[in-house]
Amino acid sequence: MKRGSLNKYYLRKISLKAEEIFFRATMLFSSCIIIFILLLIIYSILQKGLPSLSIDMLTQTPKGGFYFGKEGGILNAIIGSIYLSLGATSLAFIIGLPVALFMNIWLSHKKKLVNSFRFILDLLWGIPSIVYGAFGFTVMIYFGIKASLIGGIVVVSLFILPIMIRAIDEGLKSSSVGLIEASYSLGSTKTETAFKVMMKQCLPCIITAVLLSFGRSIGDAASVLFTTGFTDHIPTSLTQPTATLPLSIFFQLSSPIPEVKSRAYAAALVLTVIILIISLSSRLFTIKYKKNRINF
Amino acid sequence: MKGIILSRKIKNKLNATWMTIWTVFIFFIPLLLTAGLILKSSILLKDHSFFNLVTSSIWKPLSGEFGFLPFIISSLLVTVLALLIAGPVCLLSAIHLTQYANRYILQIMQPVIDILAGLPSVIYGVWGIIIIVPFISEKIAPLFGIQTSGYTIISGALVLSVMIIPFILNILLDIFNAIPKELQEASLSLGASQWYTIKFVLIKKAFPGVVSAMGLGLSRAFGETIAVLMVVGNVASIPKGIFQPGYPLPALIANNYGEMLSIPLYDSALMLAALFLLILVIAFNLISRLLIIRYEKRFA
Repeated sequence: MKRGSLNKYYLRKISLKAEEIFFRATMLFSSCIIIFILLLIIYSILQKGLPSLSIDMLTQTPKGGFYFGKEGGILNAIIGSIYLSLGATSLAFIIGLPVALFMNIWLSHKKKLVNSFRFILDLLWGIPSIVYGAFGFTVMIYFGIKASLIGGIVVVSLFILPIMIRAIDEGLKSSSVGLIEASYSLGSTKTETAFKVMMKQCLPCIITAVLLSFGRSIGDAASVLFTTGFTDHIPTSLTQPTATLPLSIFFQLSSPIPEVKSRAYAAALVLTVIILIISLSSRLFTIKYKKNRINF
Repeated sequence: MKGIILSRKIKNKLNATWMTIWTVFIFFIPLLLTAGLILKSSILLKDHSFFNLVTSSIWKPLSGEFGFLPFIISSLLVTVLALLIAGPVCLLSAIHLTQYANRYILQIMQPVIDILAGLPSVIYGVWGIIIIVPFISEKIAPLFGIQTSGYTIISGALVLSVMIIPFILNILLDIFNAIPKELQEASLSLGASQWYTIKFVLIKKAFPGVVSAMGLGLSRAFGETIAVLMVVGNVASIPKGIFQPGYPLPALIANNYGEMLSIPLYDSALMLAALFLLILVIAFNLISRLLIIRYEKRFA
C-alpha cells in the first residue's frame, strides 16, 4: 500500500471512531434525558402537591364553588373519576373481550380479515379524544341528554375500546394454536374453548389490558370536557353531571385564588399516584403470571 | 346426553351471532364519526367556500367570519416543532437501547417509558405550567431579547415533545428489534466496526420504519388537546414567531364548544375543525401504518 492511501485509511478509521464516540455520548445523553424528564415531572408534581395535600383535601367536597370557594377538598373529583373510569372500563370490557376472542378463535382461519380488523382498530386508537368528546356531545344534544355521568361513561368507553381490544388481542395472538387444537380434540365447542381455555390462558394479559384502559379513562380530559360536565357534588345517579380529576385540575389551576390552585395541585398529585400504582401493578402482574402460561 | 350436546351447540351458535354483531358494530364507529361530523359541518360549508375558510385569517364568529388559518398554522407549528425536538432524542435513545445499552439501563428504561406513556395529558400540562412556562419566559426568551409571558408556541411544542417521546420510542424499539440479527452479523464478520454497521446497515434498513414512526408521532401530537391548551396561550391570530402565543385546532374546539351551541354556524365551524383533525390524523396514521406493514413484510 502506498503511504498516502495508508494515511487516508487511518484518517478514515480515526474519524469513524471519533464519530462513534460522539454519537455514543449523545445516545447515552438522550436516554438519560428521558429518565431525567420523568424525574423532573414527578418532582414538580410532588413539590407543589404535597404541601397542599391533607386529610380534609381528600375527604371534603369544595365549599362555595370550585372556582371561588377557598374551603374544602377534591373528594367530588376523586369519587367522580372512579365512578366514570370503573363504568367506562367495565363497559369497554364487556364489549371488548368477546370481540377479541371472536377475532382470534372464530375468525382464526381468516387471517386477512383479522389483520385488516387490527388495522382499523389501530386507526381508531389514533383518533384524538377531543373528536370523540365533541362528537359524543353533539349526539347527546341531538337526543336531548344533558352532560351526565352516563354520557361520559359511554363516550369514554368508545374511546378506550380500541385499546382494550388490541391489548387483549396481542395476548391471544401470542398464545399457541396447539392449545386451541387440543381443546377442540377433546370435543369442546368454540365457545367453551374461548371462555374456558383461552380466557384463562390470557388472564394476566386481560388484567393488563383492563388496567391500561382504566389508566387511559381516568386520565383523559378532552373526552369528558363536554360529556360529563363539572359539579361540586358527588353524583348520586347516572344522569347527574360529574366532576373528574383531570377537569378538576384543569379548571382550578386557572383560578387566581391560591387556595383553589392548591386544590388543583393536590388533584394532580392524586392522579399521578393513581397512574403510578396502575403502571407498577400491571408490570408486577405480567412478571408474576408469566410463569403460569402453558407453552407448547 | 344428546340434550346436553345440543344445548352446547345452540349456545355456541348464539354466541357466534351476537359476537358478529358487536364486531360489525365496532366497524361502524369510524363511519358514524365521519358521517356525523360531515353532516354537522355541511351547514357552514353551504354558504362559505371551503377555500375561503382555510385561507382567511379573520376569526369573528359573532359576525359570521370563520377563518381557520391562524389555528391551522398554530397546529402545524406546534406539532412540527415538537417532532423536531422529540424525533432525534427518540432515534438516538432507540439505537442506544437496542445496540449499546446493558441490562441495567434496559431494566430502568422500560418502566420509565411505560410511566411516561401512561401519564395523563393534564399532568403534562401542569408540569408545563410549573416548569416550562417560567423557564421560557425567564431563561430562554431573554437570550433572544424577547419579553414574553412564557405561554407561547415553543412551550406548547416542548410539552408536546415530551408527551410523544414514549410513543415514538416504543415504535422505534419494535422496529430496530425486528431487523434480523444476521444482517448485522454479516457486516461485523466482514470487519466493519459496530458503529459502521449501525450507520450503514441498521439505519439504512430501518429507514422506512423510522419515517413511519415519526409520522405516527406527528399524528399523535396533532390531536393532543389539554396539555397544549394549558401552555400555548390561545390567541386567535397568526403567530409571527415561536415566542408568540398560538391557538391550535384541538384547543379551539375545547375552549369554545359547549357554550356556543346557540349559534348554529359557530357550532358547525367547530365541527368542521373536528373534521379537519379527524381526517388529518387518520390520513397520517393510514400512511404510516401501511409503511410499517410493508416494512415488516420484508423481514418476515
